[in-house]
Amino acid sequence: MNLTLHRFHGGIHPAQNKEQSTHQPIKSIPLPSQLILPVRQHSGTPAKPIVSVGDSVLKGQVIAEAVGHRSVPIHAPSSGVVSAIEDRTTSHPSGLPELCIIIDTDGLEQWCEHPNLFNKTDCQSLSDLPNEEILEHIQNSGIAGLGGAGFPTALKLYKTKHHTHTLIINGAECEPYITADDMLMRERADHVIQGAQILLHLSEAKRCLIAVEDNKPEAIRALHESLQVLKVNPAIQIVSIPTVYPSGGEKQLIKILTGEEVPTDGIPADIGVICQNVGTAAAVYRAVYFGEPLISRITTATGDAIKQPGNYEVLIGTPLPHFLEHTGYIAQQPERIIAGGSLMGFTLPELNVPLIKTSNCILAPTTSELPLNDLAMECIRCGQCVSACPQGLLPHQLYWFSKAQDHEKAEQHNIFDCIECGACSFVCPSHIPLVQYYRHTKGEIRTERLAQQKSEIARQRYENRNERLARIEAERAAAREARAKAKAEADALRAKQEAEAAATASPDSQIEDLERKILAQQDRVTKAQKSHQAAQEANLDTADILFKAVEKQQTKLQQLEQELIALRNNVTQEN
Amino acid sequence: MSMLWILLLAAIPLVILAMFSGALLGFAEVRFKVEGNPIADQLNDILPQTQCGQCGYPGCRPYAEAIAAGEKINKCPPGGESTIAAIADLLGVEPEPLDAEHGVEDDVPLVAFIREEECIGCTKCIQACPVDAIVGAAKQMHTVISDECTGCDLCVEPCPVDCIDMIPVETTINDWFWQAPSNNLELIATDRQTVTGEPS
Repeated sequence: MNLTLHRFHGGIHPAQNKEQSTHQPIKSIPLPSQLILPVRQHSGTPAKPIVSVGDSVLKGQVIAEAVGHRSVPIHAPSSGVVSAIEDRTTSHPSGLPELCIIIDTDGLEQWCEHPNLFNKTDCQSLSDLPNEEILEHIQNSGIAGLGGAGFPTALKLYKTKHHTHTLIINGAECEPYITADDMLMRERADHVIQGAQILLHLSEAKRCLIAVEDNKPEAIRALHESLQVLKVNPAIQIVSIPTVYPSGGEKQLIKILTGEEVPTDGIPADIGVICQNVGTAAAVYRAVYFGEPLISRITTATGDAIKQPGNYEVLIGTPLPHFLEHTGYIAQQPERIIAGGSLMGFTLPELNVPLIKTSNCILAPTTSELPLNDLAMECIRCGQCVSACPQGLLPHQLYWFSKAQDHEKAEQHNIFDCIECGACSFVCPSHIPLVQYYRHTKGEIRTERLAQQKSEIARQRYENRNERLARIEAERAAAREARAKAKAEADALRAKQEAEAAATASPDSQIEDLERKILAQQDRVTKAQKSHQAAQEANLDTADILFKAVEKQQTKLQQLEQELIALRNNVTQEN
Repeated sequence: MSMLWILLLAAIPLVILAMFSGALLGFAEVRFKVEGNPIADQLNDILPQTQCGQCGYPGCRPYAEAIAAGEKINKCPPGGESTIAAIADLLGVEPEPLDAEHGVEDDVPLVAFIREEECIGCTKCIQACPVDAIVGAAKQMHTVISDECTGCDLCVEPCPVDCIDMIPVETTINDWFWQAPSNNLELIATDRQTVTGEPS
């Protein structure tokens, strides 16, 4: 079965610098006295600690559980006591602290119970098990992509609406200096192949391509030998691809092997491809066959400032100073340790950080080996970056837009398709730190989007509040109106009842009633006259008003007297 | 046919056409009538929705409506220069510098914080908050939902015991992003030596 390889646009051929770290086999370093485990070592939601300070933990025990789908649990890499759960600086370019679980190791390396998948389920082979159960086992083993991005592995394998036709195991490892995957394939090719078989089973793809750059002939040979010995699924194929940076980029590798491009804003699954790193495949194998969660990884220590450059199997959470001490680091002035390779790595702002699941390389260069960034010069629009960009973008245009903070234009020119591989900066004759501009602009655009979302929420809350206030006001007004109406009705009713009572009463009692009213009215008139007189004598302004009141009371009295006369006449007539 | 007839005959189709077009326009006016004020809506989308009232209007929506009616575009300090630029872009006018009379743009976003041990539970701040971001009840301690707070500081003034502070939002590892590179791009080689103190 011959596979036609394709080319991606651009790419560069930097000095490999891989040879230094491949002279010695993978070594281990002594157990550090303390392990620092950030709760976020993967892309997605940070895990939630489930241990407390003072708890004893065993090797392989879950110490932080996954939160939601895009998250993986964290396991204790060695036995010991949880001495703190606090914010510590981690392997992140910001140098900002984040939550870490700190374990003081006891040196016993005592494992907790860790049955492999087959013992756990009493099954003999993978085909006896539902995929969900295998995926759950992988998820519970805390496996996140070991290539660098740290995407939760199981999440990539859950069934999507797209049918997967190709599973790619990425062993390209194109970045200079890094040899962790190379050494893994050389020494543990069987782990990679077996892991690939598990992943192939889960993805239900038709073929599995293990892609390795042709600058790693030993690894390719080891894989072929292992493939023959193990007699695995014939759908697994080893593909040697030409060495060009960044062929190990997910999108680039897919293009090389299938000729297809991952759409903007899309993921490989959209075109039926799943990509997993070789290290991830080996970790999956160890989790399924030995029940080992992801508690260690292979990290390259390299650079001229390292006396014993090579690959080391380190426990997750190993403090960097401990690692440097056992790899023979010669302190430099100025001190510069790069996490990752020379093109995509970042200078660690602080040395006291732990190695995490995604730490594939620690590069300690001397100044002569990797000079500090030269002062940048003006862009001369030579277009070399355009020829180099593996994503087919226009890096110089993106640079201008980034500099001018023209985010809209930058987005129109697909800045979010940039994979930050650094090929443009590498070829730039003006030494412009292009990628840093893009990273900054991407960050600003993301922040802007978040602010936009937040302001949208604020607007809704403001409108809801106004609506609520209006509603309450309307309710109050309605209640007030209802009360007034009820009072008016009650008054009318009472008046009506009184009138009825008056009509039905006997004429004699009516006359008595009227006479009583007249007496009372006469009283009122005298009172009013008195106060009027008093006011007149005191020469008050109110005298006029009071005089009117007297007149009013007198008219009332006259009315009553007339009523009485009329009533009496009626009575005499009737008699 | 006389000349007059020819003229009349020519006028008839024109009259019919005019009537048809008029009917069409009349129909379109009713059928495709736009509800509300679309410009004010767009302006409202641009404004930061802090509802702080620093512009002199009782919220972002009223200010958006005022701009649509001809008000100046530079009265929004929380939005700052970027908002002014966006509004100028939308309306096709020249951007103006921020009117300092209404306040200055904050460098870092702020969020209200209630010193809870000092709060007497008077609910004054709750009534002042335009986005319902303060929870509490009468004679109970109040607290700010910091995720919902827009940093408008309208709650600070009504507080009788001055227990509300506006504190800057700290950058966490989640919202951190790379700084723009600082370099001496604008300097020529000889000037760089004097600035950096080292030969280039």
